[in-house]
Amino acid sequence: MDFSFTVWIPLLPLILFVFLGLTSGSIRPKISGYIGTAGMTITTLMSYFVAYQYFFNRPAGSETFEKIIAFNTVWLNLTEKLQINLGVLLDPISVMMLVVITTVSLMVHIYSIGYMNGEKGYSRFFSFLSLFSFSMLGLVVATNIFQMYICWELVGVSSYLLISFYYERPTAVAAGKKAFIVTRFADLGFLIGILLLSFVSGTFDFVSLTDPQGALITQGSSLTFMGLSVMTWALVLIFMGGAGKSAMFPLHIWLPDAMEGPTPVSALIHAATMVVAGVYLVARLFPLYVFAAPDALTIVGYVGGITSLFAAVIACTQNDIKRVLAFSTMSQIGYMMLALGVSGYGDHHGLGFMASMFHLFTHAMFKALLFLAAGAIIHAVHSNFMTEMGGLRKYLPITHITFLIACLTIAGIPPFSGFFSKDEILTAAWEHDKFLFFIEYAVAGLTAFYMFRLYFNVFWGKDRHYHHTPHESPLVMTGPLMFLAAASMFTGFIPFSSLVTSDSKPFESHIEWMIAIPSILIGVIGILVAMWFYKKENGISEKMAGGLKHLYKWSYNKFYMDEVYLFVTKKIIFNNISRPAAWFDRHVVDGTMNGIASVTNRTSSGIKGFQSGQLQKYGFVFVSGVIILVFTFIYIWFN
Amino acid sequence: MTISEIIFYLFSATIIFFSILTVTSRRILRAAVYLLFVLVSTAGLYFMLNYHFLAAVQLTLYAGGIVVLIIFSILLTSHISQKFEPVGIKKQIFSAIAMAAGAILSIMVILNYGFNSLITVADNPTMNTIGYGLLNYGKNGYALPFEVISILLLAAMFASIVIAKKDKKTN
Amino acid sequence: MTAVIPLHYFLIVSTLMFFIGIYGFLTRKNLITILMSVELILNSVNINFVAFNRYLFPGELQGHFFTLFIIAVAAAEAAVAIAIIISVYRRFTNIDVERVDTMKH
Repeated sequence: MDFSFTVWIPLLPLILFVFLGLTSGSIRPKISGYIGTAGMTITTLMSYFVAYQYFFNRPAGSETFEKIIAFNTVWLNLTEKLQINLGVLLDPISVMMLVVITTVSLMVHIYSIGYMNGEKGYSRFFSFLSLFSFSMLGLVVATNIFQMYICWELVGVSSYLLISFYYERPTAVAAGKKAFIVTRFADLGFLIGILLLSFVSGTFDFVSLTDPQGALITQGSSLTFMGLSVMTWALVLIFMGGAGKSAMFPLHIWLPDAMEGPTPVSALIHAATMVVAGVYLVARLFPLYVFAAPDALTIVGYVGGITSLFAAVIACTQNDIKRVLAFSTMSQIGYMMLALGVSGYGDHHGLGFMASMFHLFTHAMFKALLFLAAGAIIHAVHSNFMTEMGGLRKYLPITHITFLIACLTIAGIPPFSGFFSKDEILTAAWEHDKFLFFIEYAVAGLTAFYMFRLYFNVFWGKDRHYHHTPHESPLVMTGPLMFLAAASMFTGFIPFSSLVTSDSKPFESHIEWMIAIPSILIGVIGILVAMWFYKKENGISEKMAGGLKHLYKWSYNKFYMDEVYLFVTKKIIFNNISRPAAWFDRHVVDGTMNGIASVTNRTSSGIKGFQSGQLQKYGFVFVSGVIILVFTFIYIWFN
Repeated sequence: MTISEIIFYLFSATIIFFSILTVTSRRILRAAVYLLFVLVSTAGLYFMLNYHFLAAVQLTLYAGGIVVLIIFSILLTSHISQKFEPVGIKKQIFSAIAMAAGAILSIMVILNYGFNSLITVADNPTMNTIGYGLLNYGKNGYALPFEVISILLLAAMFASIVIAKKDKKTN
Repeated sequence: MTAVIPLHYFLIVSTLMFFIGIYGFLTRKNLITILMSVELILNSVNINFVAFNRYLFPGELQGHFFTLFIIAVAAAEAAVAIAIIISVYRRFTNIDVERVDTMKH
């Protein structure tokens, strides 16, 4: 099978971006929306075709899924050995990601036709969506870590552009900047990690980097720095980039604010695709993590575990529905990271890897669904706050059902897809690290609780006073909801363990009921507690909040992480580093330049008199000069 | 002290004294007259050196021609009674110092150089010699510079007329 | 007649005259006085020529003739300079070198 056409999967959105960007303003906005969606449909169909060909039509007799370089071209030739290529690499995870990205992107495109209807900058929105799709697809099919880095930054740029889409709102601008700066800071670690890695290994290429039999795996361990091997350092730094993009604690602060962007953007970028780029990055370099730097992998696991718990606690107290979903996203990505952290390599040891990818897949579906449904709710109510919602199930039946499905999925209730993927993660954690396992149990309960808190608050309870009667969204918006709801319900039955595994070899996995049943029970308890608290307005939740006053306050204020950051940046970094640096720049650097200028200025105004144009002065200088010269010559002559 | 020495010292003193007055006098017409004295004294020196023709030319051309020309132009451009503003003291001092240094330097050089003076004959070149010299193109002939000077004089005459002519446009 | 006066006496006189001329050239503001200073300078050179001719090469007449030519050149120069001065005066109603500092107009 020749896969070289796959190069068009990322290129088509790029062409669309350029086209829509150039024609925005000259063609009707509606048309550009349709063009963008049509292009995305083609891309999606191509991805599905690739996935089908890759997974179900592989050459007879081959046990494993080979890594296929479908397309490769040298872009920069640094040295004979070290060159930067651009290309398309197909392996189980990249093909899986292609499917995820194009599906969610297509759904978001369709949904946006309705959601963004009549907004200013409609065609700009679609061109940015295309830019994002291009960068994200380029990221997942990257053949080498440098291409990935380039696309990684492009993804960051499009995220920035889309968060600040409503650039007239100062909060949106601030949120965009915050997202950009925080992820940029994290990407610094990524870049240093890349440099270290290429220094140790002499290559950027994924295929040779992640070859478990290759020599590179053992190379880095010989060099050490501060007690850790250079390879560990490189991988920890690379993980820092991934943590920034995936909003892992403590680099998560940008994600809640990123909800300032339009809701479809939140669904696409900040829930389903971009934020899992960090997970994908670790998964991509997984053999390196396992064999060369198990310490780094432990860090990954613990960062994931802490983030998932941390975010789940915060999500329980937030009132802005998009923020609840944002923290839920963080929590779920923490799950994926944790799953990677507790994974080994090869068949059943690689359960965590498989579970992580599986969860990534299902999470993309149900989280996109949640966001799009939240968008439909916001569209109907014109508010983000669940305190201003209630009893919406009568008005928004389709949204209600799909939202409920999504909540059940994320709560891990069988037979929805979230149950399967979460169960695999729990199993992997049980086999590897009991501490993380119990964290995950707690998080599972919290997840069920906060999701159903949201659900009951929005769809049950008393009617609020609405400006106009909320009405169901048009089909162009509910269609994607229904599609994604179906995906959330049924993707759990995909036999992931025979498709996407750490060593590309299928293995058997089955549900561990000893672990699954308590997890279901915890989920159900969470749901029941939420129901008890929030189905009718009975004041229990307020009493609980009063009882756990401090915890509630801390959680409500997101554990004051923003304040900590502000303190660190404003008080410590600005005062102690930036101010002196600015002072140095202003007084020493600029001062030198200004000094040169003013010395020149003063000198020239001093010697300006020499150029008076007055012959007599010239004459005086000339004659004096001649006299001095003659005197000097004579003096030398006679001595 | 011979009579010639006395005459020489007289002329020299006149030259230097009136030179100084020429360049320092604040009345321009007086300066011109002092210049005339200097030029006449110079002619006297030429007489002493037995170049009578040259002395005559000096008197007629310089003292008679150029000085008169200068006086004319003074009368055209200034009031006779007009006094110049005094020159800036700084400028005066610096120039004086520089010139004194130059003069001292030159005089030192002159005094240190042993000139090999051959005073054998002090004959006055006759008009014939001078005429032959000017029109001769052989050895000791100056026909070429003579012609060049005549062309230069012609050019200068044209130039003066063209420059000094009133510009029709500006009127 | 001249035997008693050494050559360098003449040279000293001409040197002094020369530097006085330059002094005048540098300090005077009026164009005509500058012209007079130039005449002084030329004259001092003439004295040198004549004295050298008489003392060092009495048989020949180079110095004599060059003095003659210099006098002619000086006359031409004076004529042109005065033409310029008058032209300048007509434009600026002034012949002060420090005030005549624009070439246009």
